[in-house]
Amino acid sequence: MALIQIAEPGESTTAHQHKLAVGIDLGTTNSLVATVRSGEVSTLPDSSGQHLLPSVVHYAENAIHVGSEAQSYSVTDPLNTVVSVKRFMGRGIEDLAVEETHYSYEFSETNSVIPRIKTRAGDLSAVEISAEILKALKTRALETLGDEINGAVITVPAYFDDAQRQATKDAAKLADIKVLRLLNEPTAAAVAYGLDSGNQGVIAVFDLGGGTFDISILRLNNGVFEVLATGGDSSLGGDDFDYVIAQWMIEQAGMDDMGDPASKRLIMQQARAAKEALAGAESTGVSLDLGDIHWQGTLDREILKALIMPLIKKTLMSCRRALRDADIEKNNIDEVVMVGGSTRTLAVREMVAEFFECEPLTSIDPDKVVATGAALQADVLVGNKPDDEMLLLDVIPLSLGIETMGGLVEKIIHRNTGIPVAKAQDFTTYKDGQTAMAVHVLQGERELVADSRSLARFELRGIPPQVAGAARIRVTFQVDADGLLIVSAREENSGVEASIDVKPSYGLSDSEVETMLRESMEHAEDDMHSRSLREQQVEADRVLEALDSALAVDGEQLLSDQERSEIMDVRQILVEVKSDTDKEKIKQTIERLEKACENYVARRMNSNIKSAMQGHSIEEYASDERSEAEES
Amino acid sequence: MAITLTEPAAERVRTFLANRGKGVGLRLGVKTMGCSGMSYVLEFVDDINPEDEVFEDSGVKVIVDKKSLVYLDGTELDYTREGLNEGFKFNNPKEKAACGCGESFTV
Repeated sequence: MALIQIAEPGESTTAHQHKLAVGIDLGTTNSLVATVRSGEVSTLPDSSGQHLLPSVVHYAENAIHVGSEAQSYSVTDPLNTVVSVKRFMGRGIEDLAVEETHYSYEFSETNSVIPRIKTRAGDLSAVEISAEILKALKTRALETLGDEINGAVITVPAYFDDAQRQATKDAAKLADIKVLRLLNEPTAAAVAYGLDSGNQGVIAVFDLGGGTFDISILRLNNGVFEVLATGGDSSLGGDDFDYVIAQWMIEQAGMDDMGDPASKRLIMQQARAAKEALAGAESTGVSLDLGDIHWQGTLDREILKALIMPLIKKTLMSCRRALRDADIEKNNIDEVVMVGGSTRTLAVREMVAEFFECEPLTSIDPDKVVATGAALQADVLVGNKPDDEMLLLDVIPLSLGIETMGGLVEKIIHRNTGIPVAKAQDFTTYKDGQTAMAVHVLQGERELVADSRSLARFELRGIPPQVAGAARIRVTFQVDADGLLIVSAREENSGVEASIDVKPSYGLSDSEVETMLRESMEHAEDDMHSRSLREQQVEADRVLEALDSALAVDGEQLLSDQERSEIMDVRQILVEVKSDTDKEKIKQTIERLEKACENYVARRMNSNIKSAMQGHSIEEYASDERSEAEES
Repeated sequence: MAITLTEPAAERVRTFLANRGKGVGLRLGVKTMGCSGMSYVLEFVDDINPEDEVFEDSGVKVIVDKKSLVYLDGTELDYTREGLNEGFKFNNPKEKAACGCGESFTV
């Protein structure tokens, strides 16, 4: 017997046509599923009352375990127990090299660009492993709701690139979950606090989990969220708090180091327990009982604060950077939302409050807040709330553009633009009679192609042969609500077109995104110089190209040998200096060549006008002018 | 003619209404659809219509339109938990047969 939930007025469904939707927080350390029932949102616990599902998958001989069950195998069977798989979503083999953390499991040596983890169930990709976590959450939802799930909103970090978003969608597909949309985690947190009901404001979302830290600055405008900036540290979290507490403990106990892995695990557990106790108490007793070491001490909030101060300061530095990126002053922040278990530590709350000069929102369980927001959004998207046209805007993390002459990047969509978005820009041909154009899609903030990340290439063919600059090629970049990119190019005069779905082979980590952004700041001046140099070189090429094609047409008729050789001399100088790095010299030589050609250009103009006017009387032109004047 | 709520049901409805922040009561009704002919309707109510009958039980306004009342008279609404699932259940004396899933019924 199916049990019935209360619907909004007029939104009752007929039997077997329930509009059930869930929100899924697919986290690095823990995952959750939440739903709205009878107008009330809640995360769904498993049969033992646990809401958090550890994002751990264990491959046994004949079974797959997910969650706390799998966690217990991380010690006994580390090679077949996968943790933190989210870090590899949409990532390539090269990306693994930059990852500092070491994992207990092994990667297989394959030629594939996708890293695969060796398990007894075969070599598995991050997508396949994530799908197991999603399946476990889906099963929990089915058991709880007693019916099929119509769709899910799955949250992803705001900095996730196209490849990482696509990988998340692929995992959902494998788990047979219909994705209503992907939602940025900070946006979900803001929705959970009902901040979307306000009219406008700027919101900072401070997300400190077990192993990662993210700060996002959102702007709310008429119920629409726009991510202004994101930042953070992919290897900073509550685990680091535990580590500094453990260090303090062994120092107090007079030990040199943490000893073997078993004693290290024990000390870390003690440290963690002490940290959690201090969320509710002023001080707590700590003790170490290892071999011949017996130590007892007291850890209070003051000591804890002093210990973790350097770590919190690191998070605040990221906050400062994100504010600068967003071009927002601290006092313009209206609300600060706390997300992630580590924000339970009082020292964190205090310092964040001090930094933003406002009391952060902490009333919703920081572990559940993202899933809660996702469930609320899923409920709207599946059609349970007709009045509420909530449409959330997300952002692209890095600018998207195409390569232009001279190896320069022309940005078409700038970073932090809200999505969905479509932007077009017109380009033209560079050479006479050019019939094809290569479109090279790039991502990044730098000015030169060599410093950017290549996403895709395609060619627009069949452009009718015309003089250089006559063709009108409109390149359109379209990013859908999930952040996936489609690039199309169309020659407007002939209508020929070509397009590509950017299926990125692998993505960037947040630290790489950060590196790319930082480099673009650090190299801003170099980039400016190299851009103007390249522009000058391209201009030189263009002038030479135009001169050569003109000389080929009427150079013989209009110029004496002496004039010709004068022009050719300057032309030769330009050919030599254009590969120089002195842009001023190139510019001066271009001017010199133009000056040398002045007479030639004038004669060409006259002869063109003469040929154009041949067979027409002056009166015809005069009457044309008159009629134009009358019209205007 | 009457419709009643069990105490657990009344308590849940009061909580849900309070969380929702608006609404005058709870609508019970039937829709002619579903695999066995009819299905139950359970909705929040913001506006009471002229053709509605209003009952009050355990501090909750129960609103039923006259047409539905014919099929629902004597119904007791309960709130139960079955495994992980929890929700409302119609104990309708007029219900003669329900489809396997229990979501639709005939009288």
